[in-house]
Amino acid sequence: MQWDIVIGLEIHAQLATKTKIFSGSSTAFGAEPNTQASAVDLAMPGTLPVPNEQAFRYAVMFGLAVNAEIGRRSVFDRKNYFYPDLPKGYQTTQLDHPIVGPGFVDVDLADGSSKRVRIHHAHLEEDAGKSLHEDFHGMTGIDLNRAGTPLIEIVTEPDMNSAEEAVAFAKKLHSLVSSLGICDGDMSQGSLRFDVNISLKPKGSDTLGTRTETKNLNSFRFMEQAIAHEVERQMDILEDGGRIIQETRLYNGDRDESRSMRSKEEANDYRYFPCPDLLPVVIDDAFIESARDLLPELPDERKARFKEQYGLNDYDARLLSDDARMAAFFEETASHGKDAKLAANWVLGEFSARLNAEDKSVAQAPISGTQLGQLVARIADNTVSSSGAKKVFEALWNGDSNNADAIIEAQGLKQVSDTGALEQMVDEVLAGMPDQVAQYQQETDPKKQKKMLGGFMGPLMKASKGQGNPKLFTEILLIKLSD
Amino acid sequence: MTISREDIEKVAVLARIRLDEEQIPALENDLGNILSLVDQLSAADTDNVEPLAHPLDAVQRLRADQVTETNQREAFQAIAPATEDGLYLVPRVIE
Repeated sequence: MQWDIVIGLEIHAQLATKTKIFSGSSTAFGAEPNTQASAVDLAMPGTLPVPNEQAFRYAVMFGLAVNAEIGRRSVFDRKNYFYPDLPKGYQTTQLDHPIVGPGFVDVDLADGSSKRVRIHHAHLEEDAGKSLHEDFHGMTGIDLNRAGTPLIEIVTEPDMNSAEEAVAFAKKLHSLVSSLGICDGDMSQGSLRFDVNISLKPKGSDTLGTRTETKNLNSFRFMEQAIAHEVERQMDILEDGGRIIQETRLYNGDRDESRSMRSKEEANDYRYFPCPDLLPVVIDDAFIESARDLLPELPDERKARFKEQYGLNDYDARLLSDDARMAAFFEETASHGKDAKLAANWVLGEFSARLNAEDKSVAQAPISGTQLGQLVARIADNTVSSSGAKKVFEALWNGDSNNADAIIEAQGLKQVSDTGALEQMVDEVLAGMPDQVAQYQQETDPKKQKKMLGGFMGPLMKASKGQGNPKLFTEILLIKLSD
Repeated sequence: MTISREDIEKVAVLARIRLDEEQIPALENDLGNILSLVDQLSAADTDNVEPLAHPLDAVQRLRADQVTETNQREAFQAIAPATEDGLYLVPRVIE
């Protein structure tokens, strides 16, 4: 049987505020346990929450960036459940009147097409603390520093139909919240958490199947694997005539397996009601406009500008514009590199390859865009060949020097582009290879001739100690050999 | 409206309240009466009434994003039943 895959996402993004959503406690990462948990965060009797204006501003910025309606009257509700990392016994969240209403995000796919993913809504809520299950004499340790950290939970419509689409959307969302500066986007630290709702239905059917929710996806790779895993699991059950149970599943990326966490049929009874401690928050035009003024250039706008300003193709422009830091690095490289397309090739090629190989982010790169740009400029003006440039890049990366020109000088990588000197070398080399010259001149197949030309390049590069300009050598060779 | 024994047992589980067998009939009666009262309220025509989020006709004041709280861990943990390495200890939670 053929199946349609239906995927919707729920994303929790920690907002990059200095303080918590309902108290003046710091949200700084890495503090000693419970040193950033105040009486409000601990739910001490008699305390009252006071909402953080910046959390609303960030949520509104997100709403504007996803073309959404902004909730003019935002109401908080209590979601009741018991867990030790939730001291109040309820999570303060939003149910019927969220801050961000329906919107959409357009996602570029690998085949060049574009997919619109609708946002159902996004609401403000508080994060819980952390439970440490290591053994404390048979007890569990609780750190409430994270309790009360502001989150926006973003809920999509079930608009994605493959792992590829879901991951492309997730990356776009990551790029969006990082570019907006409302979330640091660090998935490994849980700043951005994706839950995936998956169901299958017979191909072409209008009725949605029963869905499961998979949690604990702390990388895009795990997300892709988890979707493939869950689709296969559901397909096996359905094809054996079984039925899917609506449940939450935990994915273990290291083992590529999942297990049921809790069955929603029995556990999902949160008894929501409006929070009597908080009044409705009214968002007026002035607040929305002040948030709009804070919007930076967004990835889509940046991509369009890169194509226009630097003449990049769609693919390169997208790769360079998705991540704000990568985009800034490219622009710095291009501004010093004379040739923007060449700069793009080096940033996406050698530079990105090294980052990946060493598992580094752009911010951790040992070289600056200016340094790479200076190197690109020397390739553009033919001072150094591309193979010589790789040696310079290596030296820059390893910190041997911080200046491309100095390395070119020190390692003798300057390319000889003096045609008189090059011509002399060609004459000498050809004089020493009369058989090959004769063979070349008798050959009638231009393809074979082209191949044979390579046979002269080796000795020429050797004669020039690797410093001859290969392009000029080829031009001179062609003239000399056709004589 | 009536409330069943099963409803009461479920609510008790959700609220983490332990009930003795003999308490249930009395609760059935009391909660049933409360629900009857709610039924009377339900009879009111609310078609054109917006649900009330808060009894006060006021708007929430917001706070500037500035750290105002200091570390008072020692004071808070002095009244906690068990702590270690700065953590609050609770009976083991197994998911």
